[in-house]
Amino acid sequence: MATAKDRAQAQAASGVNDDIGEAKRLELYRTQVVIREAEQRAFDLFLQNLVKGTSHLSLGQEAVAAGFAVAMKPGDLSFCTYRGHAHTLARGVPVEKVLGELMQRDNGLMRGKGGSMHLTSEEHGVMGSYAIIGAHLPIACGAAWRAQYKGDKDVSVCFFGDGTTNIGAFHEALNFAAVWKLPVIFVCENNLYMEYTPIGDVTAVPHPAADRAAAYGLERIIVDGNDADAVYRTAQVAFDKARAGNGPSLIECLTYRHSGHSRADPAKYRPEGELEKWKERDPIKIYKERLKQFGIGDEAIAKIDAEVRKVVDDATEACKAAPVPPLDILTTDVYADGGWAWRN
Amino acid sequence: MAEITYRDAVIRGIAQEMQRDNDVVFLGEDVAKAGGVFKATVGLYEQFGPLRVRDTPISEQAILGAAMGAAMTGLKPIAEIMFSDFFAVCFDYIANEFPKSRYMSNGQTKCPLVVRTGNGAGSRFGAQHSQSIENWCMMIPGLKVVAPSNPTDVIGLLAAAVRDPDPVIFFEHKSLYPTKGEVPDGEIVDRLGTAKIVRPGKDATILALALMVPRALAAAETLASEHGIEAEVVDVRSLVPLDTQTILSSVARTHRLFTVEENPRLCGWGAEIVSIVADEAFYDLDGPPVRITTPHIPLPAADNLEDIVLPTPARIVETVKRSLGC
Repeated sequence: MATAKDRAQAQAASGVNDDIGEAKRLELYRTQVVIREAEQRAFDLFLQNLVKGTSHLSLGQEAVAAGFAVAMKPGDLSFCTYRGHAHTLARGVPVEKVLGELMQRDNGLMRGKGGSMHLTSEEHGVMGSYAIIGAHLPIACGAAWRAQYKGDKDVSVCFFGDGTTNIGAFHEALNFAAVWKLPVIFVCENNLYMEYTPIGDVTAVPHPAADRAAAYGLERIIVDGNDADAVYRTAQVAFDKARAGNGPSLIECLTYRHSGHSRADPAKYRPEGELEKWKERDPIKIYKERLKQFGIGDEAIAKIDAEVRKVVDDATEACKAAPVPPLDILTTDVYADGGWAWRN
Repeated sequence: MAEITYRDAVIRGIAQEMQRDNDVVFLGEDVAKAGGVFKATVGLYEQFGPLRVRDTPISEQAILGAAMGAAMTGLKPIAEIMFSDFFAVCFDYIANEFPKSRYMSNGQTKCPLVVRTGNGAGSRFGAQHSQSIENWCMMIPGLKVVAPSNPTDVIGLLAAAVRDPDPVIFFEHKSLYPTKGEVPDGEIVDRLGTAKIVRPGKDATILALALMVPRALAAAETLASEHGIEAEVVDVRSLVPLDTQTILSSVARTHRLFTVEENPRLCGWGAEIVSIVADEAFYDLDGPPVRITTPHIPLPAADNLEDIVLPTPARIVETVKRSLGC
């Protein structure tokens, strides 16, 4: 079996410029597969009535989460929306913790107190998933302001959908970040639909994020959001800019969600053939081809797939066996003293 | 001791905390170079510099969101929302973000920040720049809500708010900015969740907040001198946490309860307190609790109209007198 070094030499000889390198590529692939498997499992568990409440899947959008997460350094901060499972998993939060929260079990990331839309894991830099559209863009600005004020080198990354570009907080945050030159990256996942309505039907410009960039003195950046390499490279440029003190970036990633908006949505509003066309550009399919192009064999890919599948299977069983949250956490952590007392 | 205005107390309170802790930063519209539209932040920019005292665009969501992100990651921001009426354009942060993140994250996230805001009527600004909205905030689990009535309390409660690990909404009353009071020298740090008996009395308890405190005190003087009624005036100061013990023990002594509220009648803070007293001190009462409020209308601009809708010392005197059968 060829070693990584052999493959690198072969690529150099063939003129293929591998700026990303095998280790990062394998990380990009594995991250996407973790998201795919966990999200698919969440959907299956929903069909079994084991995922309660609502859930918003990122099936088909894995490359954006993976591309950014792999480009991040420890200490960088992620701010997500209710469609945040992918970004949470991409930062290394265990699958069991995420599925446990979706299943509202005591082993969940927040022990069932937050639910699918509010995944948070500070130890992994996941500073929350926000279910009010646009709310977290200004919040990410604040975290970036702290970094700027303290001279910290971390960057705040804020992920949101195309629908967010039409709410006031988006525009307030973009202007604020640009004026204060904050180390923040705004990442729009343009999956073509705000919820059920095509984004183009309700937006004055063809590219909901990129076409607004000029209004805030920012570069117009559009990237193929189904190609993890393209996302990773674009992310790196934005991280370098932010860390150098040169301010924010707004990046529009073109992608597509394979499922509906939420679990309640069968996505019947989509024109016939659209989903199939996008599935030909499935980010994981694209990335398997990429790995092969760089000399990674089927066997190595299958090994990753099997490892991830086992992690998700084990997590599923652990969650099924986990108890529901105990009642005594009902009134904890309303206030910083750990309790909920509002009077003496 | 020195006599200073409520406005200058705000400046002194912020400066005291910024001097103490480099993590305290301050942002808002026109607060830095211009010193604030109410001149309640004059000199802070010059004293603490452009990195710590920052002018923002007219973007209330950005102001509060940025304060939250900074608070979550280690700073202790003070954010100004110029008029409390503007809470309506950034209420997501007040209602959904600040107070819920700790709970939803099962205790992972923190949000130690202060939102200062100009609250209340008396300036003839009309319905969108005059409201008393402390009750909008009181109803939200996870927030703390404070409204000082005098310069010393401004400094002490602001210091307590900045040092508090929870999000605190700090209501400054616009009509109190020019009022003066004696303030001790040196550092002043008070405690949230403490009401203060500002005038002892045996015949009736009058609860008041912010601008209504001097009005309740004026009414109490008239009740004593002209009608022989000794009213106890309690400055509630902090709606959350609420010092129910001070209130209940006052009612146990006087057997009568009056609330003086600037907020419109429905769901004002007095309604909650009356409900607590009815639940827990019903048999201490010699008569029904009475709420003295602004009527359930938007505030008018004209001076004669605005004056008549706000509780006045005369209306307080009249109501207490009538209720006590004098």
